[in-house]
Amino acid sequence: MSFLKEIRPLGERRNYSELLDLSSGDPHRGGIKPITFVRQVLAACFCPALLEDDSLPLDVKQRAKSLLRECDGGSVGSYTESSGIAKIKHCVSQFITRRDGGVPSSPDNIFIMSGSKTALMIILKLLIRSEDSCRTGVLIPVPTYASITMILEEEGAAIIPYHLCEEQGWTLQLEELHRVLQAARKTCNPVAFYICNPGNPTGHLQSRESIEEVIRFAAEERLFLLADEVYQSCVYGDNAEFYSYKKVLSEMGSNISSTVELASFNSASKGFMGECGFRGGYVELVNLDPAVMKYARTLFSTRSCPPVAGQIALDLMADPPKPGDPSFPTFSEEVQSIKNTIRKNTGRIQEVFAELPGISCQPLKAGFFVFPSLHFPPKAIKWAEKRQMEPDMLYCLHLLEETGLHVKPGCEYGQRKDSHHIRLFVGTQENIMEDALQRLKTFHTRFMKEFS
Amino acid sequence: MNANVKKVDYAVRGPIVQRAVQIEKELKEGVKKPFEEVIKANIGDAHAMGQRPITFFRQVMALCTYPELLDDNKFPEDAKNRARRILQSCGGNSIGAYTTSQGIDCVRHDVANYIQRRDGGIPSDPDNIYLTTGASDGIVTILKLLTAGEGRTRTGVMISIPQYPLYSASIAELGAVQVSYYLNEEKCWSLDISELQRALQAAREHCNPRVLCIINPGNPTGQVQSRQCIEDVIRFAAKENLFLMADEVYQDNVYAEGCKFHSFKKVLFEMGPEYSSKVELASFHSTSKCYMGECGFRGGYMEVINMDADVKAQLTKLVSVRLCPPAPGQALMDLVVNSPQPGEPSYQTFMKERTAVLSALAEKAKLTEEILNTVPGISCNPVQGAMYSFPRITLPERAINEAKAKGQAPDMFYCMKLLEETGICLVPGSGFGQREGTYHFRMTILPPTDKLKIMLNKLKEFHQKFTQQYS
Repeated sequence: MSFLKEIRPLGERRNYSELLDLSSGDPHRGGIKPITFVRQVLAACFCPALLEDDSLPLDVKQRAKSLLRECDGGSVGSYTESSGIAKIKHCVSQFITRRDGGVPSSPDNIFIMSGSKTALMIILKLLIRSEDSCRTGVLIPVPTYASITMILEEEGAAIIPYHLCEEQGWTLQLEELHRVLQAARKTCNPVAFYICNPGNPTGHLQSRESIEEVIRFAAEERLFLLADEVYQSCVYGDNAEFYSYKKVLSEMGSNISSTVELASFNSASKGFMGECGFRGGYVELVNLDPAVMKYARTLFSTRSCPPVAGQIALDLMADPPKPGDPSFPTFSEEVQSIKNTIRKNTGRIQEVFAELPGISCQPLKAGFFVFPSLHFPPKAIKWAEKRQMEPDMLYCLHLLEETGLHVKPGCEYGQRKDSHHIRLFVGTQENIMEDALQRLKTFHTRFMKEFS
Repeated sequence: MNANVKKVDYAVRGPIVQRAVQIEKELKEGVKKPFEEVIKANIGDAHAMGQRPITFFRQVMALCTYPELLDDNKFPEDAKNRARRILQSCGGNSIGAYTTSQGIDCVRHDVANYIQRRDGGIPSDPDNIYLTTGASDGIVTILKLLTAGEGRTRTGVMISIPQYPLYSASIAELGAVQVSYYLNEEKCWSLDISELQRALQAAREHCNPRVLCIINPGNPTGQVQSRQCIEDVIRFAAKENLFLMADEVYQDNVYAEGCKFHSFKKVLFEMGPEYSSKVELASFHSTSKCYMGECGFRGGYMEVINMDADVKAQLTKLVSVRLCPPAPGQALMDLVVNSPQPGEPSYQTFMKERTAVLSALAEKAKLTEEILNTVPGISCNPVQGAMYSFPRITLPERAINEAKAKGQAPDMFYCMKLLEETGICLVPGSGFGQREGTYHFRMTILPPTDKLKIMLNKLKEFHQKFTQQYS
């Protein structure tokens, strides 16, 4: 079928039997199975009658019991402290300390929320003075996922985009940061700097030096750092290592480490947990003025409390089964299997893309997505212009129509002019990824041929 | 920092609760006090006070979470069927997948069916149903949607005095204008249209009143509005072009003789197309109250009626920003609106549990009113519904002065002393709003009956002592 015809009307027979949705970062939707230990503990917490059951392992029962003891009335149906159950915040703070090789973390600086985005919105509320004649500005990367832009617009912030450098693997360039900041100061009051590491959609993993650069930049320019680190446990590239902003900050000399204000976000939605629907997220606040912390607490308290199921998911993420625990063998097998799947998927993606003309990708190291560049022939650009649509949007629409594969176009994330991308989720079952790649390959080959 | 944030106040979890938490810690550490435990009668949390969850609900939740249990013959078939149905609607058949921002399809259908049944057949469109993270989330979202303008055209939001402080806090945070209308304490906290009119007139001088919030059954007052009153409010909203927000989270909590819950939607539609096709209404419900008490699941929904299509598109966009409400809360909401039916295996147990909870609450509502009214200086209106009493307390002049010298609201001063001396944690009336020169406190009726009796009697003792001490 020629692309020059209109999109086929709904209801017509298609040559695929089901849609493949690789558009959102949702592992379970992609066929990845939940972690057994997590689901067993949650089920026992929901229905404590299960604690009498022989079917559940001992460590599951013990964990469920210890969590229920922290709930008022022994029920997950009770409200909790607004910032989360104390013991769970403690558990999260210990997770952070372990992760950061001993850098202290206080439960008092941790706020659990219904998903990390809710936490981000509250921090932004604290920072953004929309009443001022001079708008509060927040620096955000391009590309970045659409929710961030929407949240900032909703809060009345001025958006200050800084471009990531695709040719160098989507790295941050200090000159670019300085350039946009200088320009922005003419029209708004920049107060915060947002970065997602590992990146969404780019999958970029910041080097330690890059993180230090950003921290120094924030210190010099007095910017509040918003470090979205929800993909911190999705690192699969060879020799790739995640550095947390908190750890790097702590090692940068007391002038900086005790003054730069930082909010870092994590979530039970990503990584091996993939429990997106449970809405478990947290923010750790570093170096905030105690007076401001007081207001932060009040703001958080008006949200009642985060869903208890999400809090439990965070506890299990922060303190999973250890060697020697009855559930450990199954747990570690399941986690390893997910890691292998993602490695295999990204490997296959790179293989398939290498064979295809007009599609290229920066090295894949981390995160949940790949963000390959599409090099459209001029005919394709003209075709899109005629239809008054972004070329990658039109590409994705046709991809969906023709093959049933749903991915997101780069225009939804922001990109340099005349560049085009698509975003694919990598956290699916291997056979689903293979199917997706075949569909993409078929479509892309035909597309490039037709517009050559 | 954002200046609006400084104005935000939420008494239910405010300083008195913080002190209560501190005292609990001290008790745990072995510090000696004139009491053994803190009784948290400040927050409408039924399970915290010992109310048991509904067995059926928790069974289905366990089945949804760990579907291997579908092979376990200890779970009844109707629970399994509900679980299968919910899971089929979830991505990857997992309750851990994101759902659509508006909420799981089959749940919204079930909610619409529930509303239709409840309202005697008046149709409800699933497309008008938004599942939310507790009712609070829906309320804040609608307020956000409707707040606009600057200076004299800034949106005014009418809310009762007394009110549940989520409203005042959200209005402050959004920079909207609070337009207070006083409920009539002498007439059992009823709503007078003339008072609504007065408040509206006055507000029009300095803002653009666009929204009218009603909590029915009331929080903190417990008042259950008569059908006539609801009709009058609807007529008023129609005449003055106000968006009605009907907070109906306590719709099953009705105890008093002669009182009945009338949903705003039902009354609206029974008033004929002159009203039902024009008045904009959002009504809110939740899994946190009624007989369920499942606060921690953060389940809720709102139904929007007669919303302009463009505005509704904005609403849909607004809710998409946070991705989706917690899936377990959505599943639980499904069970609330799709509970066991006669003939199903779980029906008997379900009804028994539900009835036990609601009748215990009715008993405690009566008990609270009776005992408090035996205390000189305390006057309690009948607790017609919801979960709280909001009695008026007479404070001696000296106490009022001492409080003011400390920079404390007199009823806060009273409640703090009560906490320190008896371990009973209540919320002072100043946190909810009250007529100038009057003082109240809000106390839940949730503790188990025996404990409630003890608590009420301790309160009686304290009040008498306090009155004497400061006379």
